[in-house]
This record gives sequence, C-alpha cells and structure tokens, in this order.
Amino acid sequence: MRLDILDRGYRPGTKLLFALIRLFSGHPLPDAARLVFYRPDFYGARAKEFTHEAMRGPSAWSVGDRELMAAYVSTVNDSAFCVGAHTATASQAYQDGPRVAAVLADLASAPIAEPLRATLRMLGRLTREGRVGAEDMREVLAAGVTPQQVQDALAVCAAFNITNRLADAFGFALPGPEGFAAGARHLLKRGYR
Amino acid sequence: MPDEDRKRAAHRALVERVLGGEGRASAEQRARAFAGDGLAPPPLDALIGKVADRPAQVTEADLAAAKAAGCTEDQLFELVVCAAVGRSTRLYEAGLAALAEATGDGRPHGAA
Repeated sequence: MRLDILDRGYRPGTKLLFALIRLFSGHPLPDAARLVFYRPDFYGARAKEFTHEAMRGPSAWSVGDRELMAAYVSTVNDSAFCVGAHTATASQAYQDGPRVAAVLADLASAPIAEPLRATLRMLGRLTREGRVGAEDMREVLAAGVTPQQVQDALAVCAAFNITNRLADAFGFALPGPEGFAAGARHLLKRGYR
Repeated sequence: MPDEDRKRAAHRALVERVLGGEGRASAEQRARAFAGDGLAPPPLDALIGKVADRPAQVTEADLAAAKAAGCTEDQLFELVVCAAVGRSTRLYEAGLAALAEATGDGRPHGAA
C-alpha cells in the first residue's frame, strides 16, 4: 500500500496472524482485510461492524443482491480492487457469473428483477452525482421495492463509498482472479467482521 | 432495536469515533477533511479533495507530496479515512432524506 505504516506498521501478533493466514490459505491477506487491522480503534473495528451489518445483517435483499450492489457502486466509482472483489463474491453467491457481468456491463438490459434494477440505478445516480431526489425514490418504490429495502441498499452504498475511496487512495494491490475467488469464499463464509 | 437502526447506529459510531476520538491529526483537521472544507498545506488539500471527489485518480505522488509538505503517515491515514467517511455520510443522508420525502415521512425512517 502507499503508506509504509499500512504495509509494515502492524503489531507483532497481527503480523504473525497475517503470516499464518498466508501459510494455511495459500494466499496473502488482501489489503482490504489488512487495513482494518491498522490502529483498529481508529477505523477498522467500527468499519467492520458497519460493513458487516450492511452486507450480512437482516435484510429482504439476499447476500448476492447486496454483493451485486457493492460491485455496482464500485464500478461507478471505478474502484478496481472493489470491483474485482465484489464481482467475485456476487458471482459465487448467485452461482451465476454471467448475470453479474451483464449487470456491470449494461444495467438496462441485464436479466435481473425490476426492483433490483431500479435500486441499482438509484445507487448509481447517488454515487455518481452525489444526490438523488424524491422522484428517484418514487421510481424505486413504484418498482416494488419497500422503504426498508431502500434503506438497506443505502447502507450498502454508504459502506462501499468508504471502502472504494480507501482502496484507491491507499493503493490496494490487485490479487488476481484466484486471489479474488479465495477472498470471495472467505466473505461468504465469515462475512466482514 | 429494529434492523435499520442497527445499520445506522453502526455508521454513526464510526463517524463519531473518527471525528471525536483520539487522533494524530487534530480534531479540527479531521472535521475539515470530513466536510471537504479545505486543509493546509496545499498538497494535503489536493489529496483530500481527490479522495472525496475522484478517488480513482489518487496517485502515489499525491501521498508523497502531502508527506513532503510535513504530514506524517498516521495523520494522512486518519485524514483520508475522514474524507472517505465524510463523503459517504453525505450520500447516505441525501438518500435517506429523499426517501423520507418520497414516502411523505417528515424524517428519515428509523430516526429517533
């Protein structure tokens, strides 16, 4: 990463943990997972709680839907690490990589349900333009999305508008397809805590 | 506690910690990075502005310039986090406010 403290500034016990994970999983811990170990009282501890709640807490959206929202927001932000990580995770969650790829290539024509399409469109506008209006929300609600689902989607959007920025500012290394797939398996098994 | 309150409470806890807790950057600097209010020295201001508005364009040179202007790595870590959390918070609040308006509710859902 672009700050030396984020590469080498961890406590000895944390460095040992990183080494053990690398040994037993065959993959280095991705930078997104390393970052939350740096001075966790400042950022990581609460960031993990919020992200886990948004991505794995109770919601009418499936885990796959929320991972797709994460991948979509990351695509709008052009955040390469997060696009790779959450494309892999959504693809595994749905067991349908082509559907995820279709959404990221062209939301309007992708084979997904209208409530999810309308929600992704709104999250994209909010992320891209920094604002949405009541009219945008009425369109989402008219597509059959409940107010609670809108709130849940906004939490996912908030979480990834943080993570995308940190990934790009700190320069998270791109692990490659195998590394992303391994990370996705971990996120589906354990979540973000 | 309803589920949505847990999501928003978790977000609020993160915001309160990065702004109000102990830090290597001053609370005033962290608040300015969060709000996008401008910071000195200029290379730090340029970096923090990019983090908020066009993060994919941040480069190694942006961080190096802020360090050369006197910022420590821990200060940069904190201020980049604050800029990211601040931008995200504005998006979250804008979305919730638009939803409240659309549903005819006078306040965002789940607000106390």
